[in-house]
Amino acid sequence: MTFEGALSIALPELILSIGALALLALGAFLGNKSTRLIASGAGLVLVVAAAAAVLGPRGAAFHGGFVQDAAAVYSKVVIYLISAVGILLGEPWLKRVKNSRFEYPVLILLAALGMGMMASAGDLISSYIGVELQSLALYVMAAFQRDDSKASEAGLKYFILGALSSGILLYGASLIYGFAGSTRFVDISAAVHAGAGTGVIFGVVFLMCGIAFKASAAPFHMWTPDVYEGAPTPVVAFMTAAPKMAALVLFARVLENGFPGAVKQWSQVLIAIAIISMVWGAFAGLAQKNLKRLWAYSSIANVGYALVGLSTGTQEGVQSMLVFMTLYLIDVTGFFACLTALSRDGRPMEKFEDMAGLMKERPGIALCMTAFALSGLGLPPFSGFWGKVYVFKAAADANLGWLAALGLLSSVVAAFYYLRLIKTMWFDPPAGRTDAAPMDARGVAFAAAAFSFPVVLPALALLDPLSRAAASAFGLN
Amino acid sequence: MTGILSLVTFAPMVGVVAILAMRLFAPKADEAAVANSSRWIAMAVTLATFALSILPILAFKPAQTGMQFVEDLTWFAGVHYQMGVDGISVLFVLLTTFLMPLAILASWKSIGNRVAEYMICFLVLETLMIGVFCAMDLVLFYVFFEGGLIPMFLIIGIWGGKNRVYAAYKFFLYTLAGSVLMLAAILTMAGIAHTTSIPALTAYHFAPGLQIWLWLAFFASFAVKMPMWPVHTWLPDAHVEAPTAGSVILAGVLLKMGGYGFLRFSLPMFPYASTYFTPLIFAMSAIAIVYTSLVAFRQTDMKKLIAYSSVAHMGFVTMGIFSGNLQGVQGAIFQMLSHGVISGALFLCVGVIYDRMHTREIAFYGGLVNRMPWYAAVFMLFTMGNVGLPGTSGFVGEFLTMTGAYGASTTTALFAATGVILSAVYALSLYRRVVFGELVNPKLAAITDLDWREVVIFAPLIFGALALGVYPHFITGVTQASVNHLIDLWRAGAGG
Repeated sequence: MTFEGALSIALPELILSIGALALLALGAFLGNKSTRLIASGAGLVLVVAAAAAVLGPRGAAFHGGFVQDAAAVYSKVVIYLISAVGILLGEPWLKRVKNSRFEYPVLILLAALGMGMMASAGDLISSYIGVELQSLALYVMAAFQRDDSKASEAGLKYFILGALSSGILLYGASLIYGFAGSTRFVDISAAVHAGAGTGVIFGVVFLMCGIAFKASAAPFHMWTPDVYEGAPTPVVAFMTAAPKMAALVLFARVLENGFPGAVKQWSQVLIAIAIISMVWGAFAGLAQKNLKRLWAYSSIANVGYALVGLSTGTQEGVQSMLVFMTLYLIDVTGFFACLTALSRDGRPMEKFEDMAGLMKERPGIALCMTAFALSGLGLPPFSGFWGKVYVFKAAADANLGWLAALGLLSSVVAAFYYLRLIKTMWFDPPAGRTDAAPMDARGVAFAAAAFSFPVVLPALALLDPLSRAAASAFGLN
Repeated sequence: MTGILSLVTFAPMVGVVAILAMRLFAPKADEAAVANSSRWIAMAVTLATFALSILPILAFKPAQTGMQFVEDLTWFAGVHYQMGVDGISVLFVLLTTFLMPLAILASWKSIGNRVAEYMICFLVLETLMIGVFCAMDLVLFYVFFEGGLIPMFLIIGIWGGKNRVYAAYKFFLYTLAGSVLMLAAILTMAGIAHTTSIPALTAYHFAPGLQIWLWLAFFASFAVKMPMWPVHTWLPDAHVEAPTAGSVILAGVLLKMGGYGFLRFSLPMFPYASTYFTPLIFAMSAIAIVYTSLVAFRQTDMKKLIAYSSVAHMGFVTMGIFSGNLQGVQGAIFQMLSHGVISGALFLCVGVIYDRMHTREIAFYGGLVNRMPWYAAVFMLFTMGNVGLPGTSGFVGEFLTMTGAYGASTTTALFAATGVILSAVYALSLYRRVVFGELVNPKLAAITDLDWREVVIFAPLIFGALALGVYPHFITGVTQASVNHLIDLWRAGAGG
């Protein structure tokens, strides 16, 4: 393949990297006053990149290190668009807290670039580059409120534990390379097929631990509640959404492309991680008083559900993971948009007691949060229910009915904390007046809630064939 | 007539949209005006829904065994939007739409705060309940079945009594825990049979070993919903805390979903497992009938007493369903419909004096007949219906289920017959303590008899209880062909 051909396959990445650097230069030149301009530009770049991913050529480039197939395109469109929403939420918020900096949209662009690389990874090196690029951007974003000690703590904690997990990931990659003799997934797959031995399995377990950390799956979730609590709310909205999708797609890439011959081995590990995540996410959430921490545990449980789909090793399983994550991303972004929109006397409302009687004070936002809570609970007809249907149907079809039942039972435990939020908003007497809710965050919240129900019902008819086509790119059955 | 079922199901949403539009376009409107127009909108919409729901009954062909008025649209991933009714479900739709305007009317004065939200909850609940009985796709059924938890949770939690939050949680979590197991079973079935259409799944033969598991999963959901002993404990709490109209709908319709589920899913889809587990059901029914009747006798709270009596009456239903003969199943369906009318009316009777005195303590009352002769007469009629006096609808259901059970298990029928006596004990003693005797409590001296609104509520219920008691063929004629078909299906598949 010619170099030009390879570049045209990586067109979305090209657009993103050039766009990010150009905007960075522009921002350095114009200063912080240009933040709104840079943010609009970054949003535009993301949309153009998404369009380029859909319309551009497909195939493998750079000796198979970069793969642009239906799965990559599907994930990239979701990731880029949700990142654009991240800019939409974050930029006005930073302006309100008088910390408006042009680096913020640029960082999101770089993170989106890294996540796109993860979704397109065709060998261990390009996956590592993707993981690190998105992580580094996220570390900075977590500590973006640099005068706030909690945010700095969150950034530092995230960085140290993230570096540790990157080390684990690299160690696994080096083991795999040592035993399989190549970093490319195609070659690794062939080597595993030819019987590369236990060393490779060791390597893949390390690799999985590293990715599980990035996806915040238990027992590698320790950083999640602290970082979510400390980081600025719009940053958390971004962190809970796109990076998780990228990490799970990377899981699918590594395991389905690199180790299709070792399904029996890695699916055991995935099942274990999924069970621990679902159960721990449900039980630990019960004790939380801070909503950001609570939603951290909720996200741990949700990653567990997505991993249930992946652990089946079937095409249906991958499809279920893609659908589940797409629906979850919209929900979680909407939820944090609600939290971004709410404040009382200038202070953010993050605790349960702050939400008391919100239904009387702010019925619109309270209704949105009710929808997200019910969706997280998995109650029909909200989108979270359909995600669970996909995931657990895939599990039942792969003879993992017991896992589906376990996951559903853990969702009953988790139901308690979602109900508690609804109870606080609907049943309790109001806790006082709230400040005026900004239009941007409110708009995102309303749109996401409208998607959660009822837009999701017709949308599924569209999402189903798209996600199936994406999952079929892995060539499973 | 295609489309009539969707029309009936979603007709209440018109009211929801109207109330929301009113709130949205007149945000500054006076609270009392909003409350009043919400009441009238809800009333008009539920009455219109009732009128619409009579159409399928009129056009229904009782001799036909299959689904009628079928609608079928492909949705996604093999799930269809499929609606249809047979002789069994069409009557439950009618029961729902019949009780709904009465529930709205019963809340006319007793609900004073957040009336618009209250009416929205009830209208949404009505759509979901009708949907449960019309859905012919398993996933669609589950959506309606589970969706109903949300409005009921809010109704109990916002407009309930002192301990309402506890009761709302208990109701929600109990039901959810049962239902998720059913969801796991639904997904398993969808994977094996490659369809979620209920008629197609009914024709599919699941392996006997698998049937056992699937049956248990469905049982978990329906047993909680019914509710059957020993998972009935959420019901007394929910009933006591719920507002009167909530209790009426809970006892009148929501409990019936469990029995309907047994008839629609457990028997025809898992015939082998249904036969296998019949002794278990008989034992649980007998315990429910005797035990909860005794518990009911010991209650000091009127609503709790009626709640326990509901559990006992549902014991007759499960016994009848699993007796596996025409009398038993017909009786079970009849008992469910009749209980919907009678227990709903009994909760309304409690509501009448609760609205006046704000207590449900039995000991508080006594001698009401002196001040409220009309009320005493109405309460008497429904107490007798609850006991199963011939001439009321309660008698037909109990008699048929016991006849059916006698053919299947004499012992169970024996226990059930004891239950009939016990029901007379608790129901008559409740009536005696509340209505008869001297009016000693000075606070009761000024209590007033039924007003016009209450007369309007009770009149259709009285008519229903007596008409069904005198002419049960109205129900049995509609259900007969479907029930025969159901029993044939069960017998054909029972061998495994």
